[in-house]
Amino acid sequence: METLRPILAEHPFFRDLEERHLDLIVGCASNVRFNSGDFIFRHGEEANEFYLIREGMVALEMFVTGRGPVTVQTMGEGEVLGWSWLVPPHRWMFDAHATEMTRAIALDGKCLRNKSEQDHDLGYQLLKRFATVVQENLDAARLQILNIYEVQA
Amino acid sequence: MKSKPEEMTSVAPPGLMTPVFCRVLKTQQETRDTFTIELEPPAPAQAPLFAPGQFNMLYVFGVGEVPISVSGDPRRPQSLVHTVREVGAVTRAMRALKRGDELGVRGPFGSSWPVEEAEGRDVVIVAGGIGLAPLRPAIYSILAHRQKYGRVVLMYGTRTPEDILFRKEVERWRARLDLSVHVTVDRAMAVWRGSVGVVTTIIPRAGFDPHNTLAMVCGPEAMMRFTILELQNRGVGLDRIYVSTERNMKCAIGFCGHCQLGPTFVCKDGPIFRYDNIQRFFEIREI
Repeated sequence: METLRPILAEHPFFRDLEERHLDLIVGCASNVRFNSGDFIFRHGEEANEFYLIREGMVALEMFVTGRGPVTVQTMGEGEVLGWSWLVPPHRWMFDAHATEMTRAIALDGKCLRNKSEQDHDLGYQLLKRFATVVQENLDAARLQILNIYEVQA
Repeated sequence: MKSKPEEMTSVAPPGLMTPVFCRVLKTQQETRDTFTIELEPPAPAQAPLFAPGQFNMLYVFGVGEVPISVSGDPRRPQSLVHTVREVGAVTRAMRALKRGDELGVRGPFGSSWPVEEAEGRDVVIVAGGIGLAPLRPAIYSILAHRQKYGRVVLMYGTRTPEDILFRKEVERWRARLDLSVHVTVDRAMAVWRGSVGVVTTIIPRAGFDPHNTLAMVCGPEAMMRFTILELQNRGVGLDRIYVSTERNMKCAIGFCGHCQLGPTFVCKDGPIFRYDNIQRFFEIREI
């Protein structure tokens, strides 16, 4: 039976992961597809997965009273969506909705949390990779705050 | 209609120090604070040829003179096009000019984008905010000789969708099959269907061969610094990254020293520099 193993093995996020860890992760992975306009998750809901986007685009939004939904970030092919599954209280901070047809691999966070508790090496590998994702997103958010396109008169 | 000062009608032939009088053909509002002004030189013979990335000194009579990059097509020098952000007295007065009014023009000055050196390579063009204006002539040149280049990628970042410069033209470029265009904004309402995030975040998504790429970067210095870092992370050598710098240019011919950047004068040695040649000075916050 075909599994998602080869796709995960080739994904940059899992590059150089040991075979045994990849085997554990494959057991928590599934293919998902969202139509344009579908919500992938909503602010406040329990966060129990993350996504490796294979195709399409996802907008992270926050609904602001009086203004409506404001997009704070978009993500596309090859990017990793969601880290709230990793950090208590495991609740999504933003809404995520597909702005076009989007295919992704969903990783079950509960499943990975349980396996990481039993195998701390796996947990370390996941945390190490997510630290990079968080850092890249934090850097990008700081640049957005800076307004780097503003020319000072 | 504003008229030129009488005493300037009989001065020496136009040159680097003496402005040529050009009539305003058209002005067009681009964004909230940015407009494009199209000028007609007095006679075709006096139409200054320019290279992509060069700038002119535009003189509003009785108000002052400012350096503005040419944003038009180098193959159409009979029409001088500049895109200007209203930031002070001179640019505000320029915005108020009507068709038929006159402006003084000195130039063109400075170095240019290395469009010929880029031949045979992938070309990555990264613009931030009004930085798209000085890059537009380079885009025109490259598209006019498209077959000479590998992949051509334009990445453009602005604050909001309303700040996108040359919007219709960017949409036309985006529709081309031989040009990859990525536009991103810092913030947007949900009706915006494009990317949200700073321009550095779309660099990893753009397909180009970093080892055979020449990059042209223009925007505010903070944007250029982070863009250069990201290009470097992708494997683009600093000797293949060109930036357009901006300093307080006055004389435009390297006499007055207002635009000094380390041992260089931006007006004469720049404004386009190969990054490894100015990296040391680019990173010193005091200059």
